[in-house]
Amino acid sequence: MTATGRTIKRLTDAFGPSLSVEEAGVVVGKERLREVLLFLRDDKDLGFSMLTDLFAVDCYGREPRFEVVYLLNSLKLKERLTVKIRVGDGEHAPTVSDLWRAADWLEREAFDMYGLYFDNHPDLRRILMVEDFDGYPLRKDFPTEGYGFDRPFLVRLDADEGASKKTDQ
Amino acid sequence: MAEDKKYMTINMGPQHPATHGVLRVVLELDGEIIVKATPYIGYLHRGVEKLAEARTYLQALTLTDRLDYTNGLSNNLAYCLACEKLLDIEVPKRGQYLRVLLAELQRIAAHLIWIGTHALDIGAMTLLFYAFRERETILDIVEHVTGARLTPSFIRVGGLASDVPPEFGSMVRAFVKDFPRRVDEYETLLTENIIWRKRTRNVAPLSKEDAISYGVTGPVLRASGVYYDVRKAHPYSSYEDFDFEIPMGEKGDVYDRYDVRMKEMRQSNHIVSQAIGRLPSGPVNADAPAFVPPPKDAVEHDMAALIRHFKLMEEGFAPPPGEAYGAVESPKGELGFYLVSDGTSKPFRFRIRPPSFLNLGAVPRMIEGQMVADVIAAIGSVDIVLGEIDR
Repeated sequence: MTATGRTIKRLTDAFGPSLSVEEAGVVVGKERLREVLLFLRDDKDLGFSMLTDLFAVDCYGREPRFEVVYLLNSLKLKERLTVKIRVGDGEHAPTVSDLWRAADWLEREAFDMYGLYFDNHPDLRRILMVEDFDGYPLRKDFPTEGYGFDRPFLVRLDADEGASKKTDQ
Repeated sequence: MAEDKKYMTINMGPQHPATHGVLRVVLELDGEIIVKATPYIGYLHRGVEKLAEARTYLQALTLTDRLDYTNGLSNNLAYCLACEKLLDIEVPKRGQYLRVLLAELQRIAAHLIWIGTHALDIGAMTLLFYAFRERETILDIVEHVTGARLTPSFIRVGGLASDVPPEFGSMVRAFVKDFPRRVDEYETLLTENIIWRKRTRNVAPLSKEDAISYGVTGPVLRASGVYYDVRKAHPYSSYEDFDFEIPMGEKGDVYDRYDVRMKEMRQSNHIVSQAIGRLPSGPVNADAPAFVPPPKDAVEHDMAALIRHFKLMEEGFAPPPGEAYGAVESPKGELGFYLVSDGTSKPFRFRIRPPSFLNLGAVPRMIEGQMVADVIAAIGSVDIVLGEIDR
């Protein structure tokens, strides 16, 4: 994003053809993601020590369907850098929660909202939605008003009667 | 840790007065010592990101007020900065200065809520009334300018909803003159107070390395001794024109976070006084008729302006395809919006980077090994707002 050409050049020098530079940021293959991020984090001159944000984008209708965006911040260079990977529906992404503790919750959120799995994540479960929620709300094919929106919301007055019947759905 | 050791599990929240909203924390205790803390969030989830993707860029602005509801104007500003990057427009100097002025007033108001409730949690009740008194003065100013106390939606794409009223200058000057004395007043109650010091010194510390790894930002990060402030590192809205310091802490304990925020209020006051002192004249809105609605009086007299107004309100504007990240230093930390445009009038992806979410993520790390009574001090010192965490 606001990364200077110098940062991008160092990155392309080190990783060559396995990453492509687009207008919005650097796109890498998911196999080399951890390697690239580790390089950015630990390189003495670059020092992208902070993971500002991690989130997914549902590019519905395109293949591969999902993008996972890693927003890095170098406190040293005062630069930001966007790194992206592309993953298809049903594919898994590598976790970076061992590189940055911040990624723990952020990956859980991406899983919660998009159903993206992160391999080797220590505790991948829903974070914002309830545990038994069905579906992934930020996917483009999930309706904004949710499911069951047009059905009447039944109130159970008689506890005994209601307990045996399932009122929602 | 012996295998056969039994821990007591205690549930705190979601309805708890000191969790500042609907936060639930499950604590595992070994006597009075916390072995493990697991926060559960999402009780206030409204799906703001999803809702915004179904609205035009202008409509989505109103949703940002409701994220961190103590801090509507900064949220507006962060979102507008992202939009302006997408559209590639620049706000005139007067607009930028007014944005800084309003955002800093809002920062003081947000910090005042924090100090009032945080001190109340720990047991110092008096401060709540003092802090809310000054906050009321700020909210009066905000209400006078924007028409709303908490949900202003006043900072708009390309500038502001309107210029400020003529009395604004004198109201702000009166506040700025009075406020440093008020901060002194708060400090006499707490800073040297022996009970306050015992409850906050060396409580819930967070190391430099952990703070960076957890993505913590804002006063919590600076209290841990990391020099990072979006206003200095990535200046926006003419912050480079102002002279201010970034207060820092050393140990990263509850006291340092208190100290950093108290000094920040003084710095914000200093920025406000500079902004009001050299407020430039001229327009507040960018000269970009395709994205900025015409002023209200033009709509009433000019047919073309009326048509333009309706077109913008009905259809909205369509930024070119692209991606932009706009971030501000909100009172809680780095608040960012990552917008992906597909060339239509609705955002394709509307990502909020919530500072409180990541700051809360570091709370278990802070309180593990601490006393159970300090959980409240730790949560209060991080200054979370659940509206922003759960979105």
